[in-house]
Amino acid sequence: MTAAPLIELERASVRLGARTALADLSLAVHAGERIALVGPNGSGKTTLLRLLHGQLPHQLTAGVRRVARGADGREPRQAMLFQRPFLLRLSVRRNVELALWLAGVRGGERRERARAALQRVGLLAEAERPARVLSGGQQQRVALARAWAVRPQLLFLDEPTASLDPHAKREIEALLAEFAAEGMTLVLSSHNLGQVKRLAARVVCLDSGVLVADRPTAGFFNDPLPHAAAQFLKGELP
Amino acid sequence: MNAFTESLFTAAALIVGADAALWQVVVLSLQVSGLASVFGVALGMAAGALLAVTRFPGQRGLVLALNTLLALPPVVVGLTVYLLLSRSGPLGEWGLLFTPTAMVIAQTILVLPLAAALTRQLVVDAMHGNGEQLRSMGAGALLCAALLLVHERAALLTIALTAFGRAISEVGAVMIVGGNIAGVTRVMTTTIALETSKGDLPLALALGLVLLSVVALINLAIATVRALQARQDEGRPR
Repeated sequence: MTAAPLIELERASVRLGARTALADLSLAVHAGERIALVGPNGSGKTTLLRLLHGQLPHQLTAGVRRVARGADGREPRQAMLFQRPFLLRLSVRRNVELALWLAGVRGGERRERARAALQRVGLLAEAERPARVLSGGQQQRVALARAWAVRPQLLFLDEPTASLDPHAKREIEALLAEFAAEGMTLVLSSHNLGQVKRLAARVVCLDSGVLVADRPTAGFFNDPLPHAAAQFLKGELP
Repeated sequence: MNAFTESLFTAAALIVGADAALWQVVVLSLQVSGLASVFGVALGMAAGALLAVTRFPGQRGLVLALNTLLALPPVVVGLTVYLLLSRSGPLGEWGLLFTPTAMVIAQTILVLPLAAALTRQLVVDAMHGNGEQLRSMGAGALLCAALLLVHERAALLTIALTAFGRAISEVGAVMIVGGNIAGVTRVMTTTIALETSKGDLPLALALGLVLLSVVALINLAIATVRALQARQDEGRPR
């Protein structure tokens, strides 16, 4: 990969109170990549996503976070999908329009793009329903529509299907695969190694806040790994 | 028939017969407390939301003081406003003492800390669970607070009704700054106190019944708002 990375961390560390959540971590995310973050609970996956997304206060972090700027001088558009999406007590349509409003999209265009996003995730028929009465899978699709509507170049996903049933999981994965095929850069954390194999082209394994492996997906599952990563895989794949 | 039952029947007759003196007092009470609640709740909610999302030196002390003011005695508010508005006070030249405006000012001061403290806690709790997702979409701290207030609008309505309940049922502040002048500043609580001391129990009882009905209506409204909210949240598939 020769192009400049969209986001690059260099010897980044994060301290949350007395605990070191990430230690001396270097990572580059290039345009069009599909990266999965794996590791045991508490290994720092969510913290790494938040750091990449620029959501951590500066006083908690050390090291360097570089973000590429386009020809217009702007940072790449980013969005993040959380395990349990927070939808306001408003209609589905208004929740998507809110994200567009926050992204600075104007009235008429906002409505059109919200409509297109809901159509994309198959929820146009639910547009006027209160968002919070939808099922968990539908709510995650609304959140995905909300993220997709702002046309992000980079989409961060924090265990996006962890609390969903297999059918809803498949729906979300199919949408993510489509987004990736269109060139969107994906960085997701997941405990589901099947999902990692299906969605990711590169796997980053963390253990106690330390990056212990960074491999192409096939290499991660088939080649010898450092001890901590091998132990993690051994636990996950009986 | 004993004196109490006789007074109760006379009180009922005053209410049913739409006694002019009684209804004048009731209307003035509703106007004064209604206006005070509008001002106090609007200012209190804004201050509470601001206090929830901003950080500055002395903030903890301010929150502690605000929580202490939840138990602010109405007579202390009355005394303070009296001193400010009395002829020799700093605002004496406004000539507001013993007017309904003075009563509105006193009750506004009384309900403002209540609205501010409850709103602050509401926003702090809501931010804790959901603020990051709004920030991730590009909302700043103040916008986060505003959006969470929209989200928690049912709880805000409960706060507003609670504030109105506190205003309409207090006697100390309006007695001191209003002077309990017949036809000018006499409200339900001050009339009840006066008529009881004069031994005119029917009017005092009639006003007591109206006051109880108002408080009961407020409680009914709060319970209805909560039930509607719970029904909407329960309607959400698991």
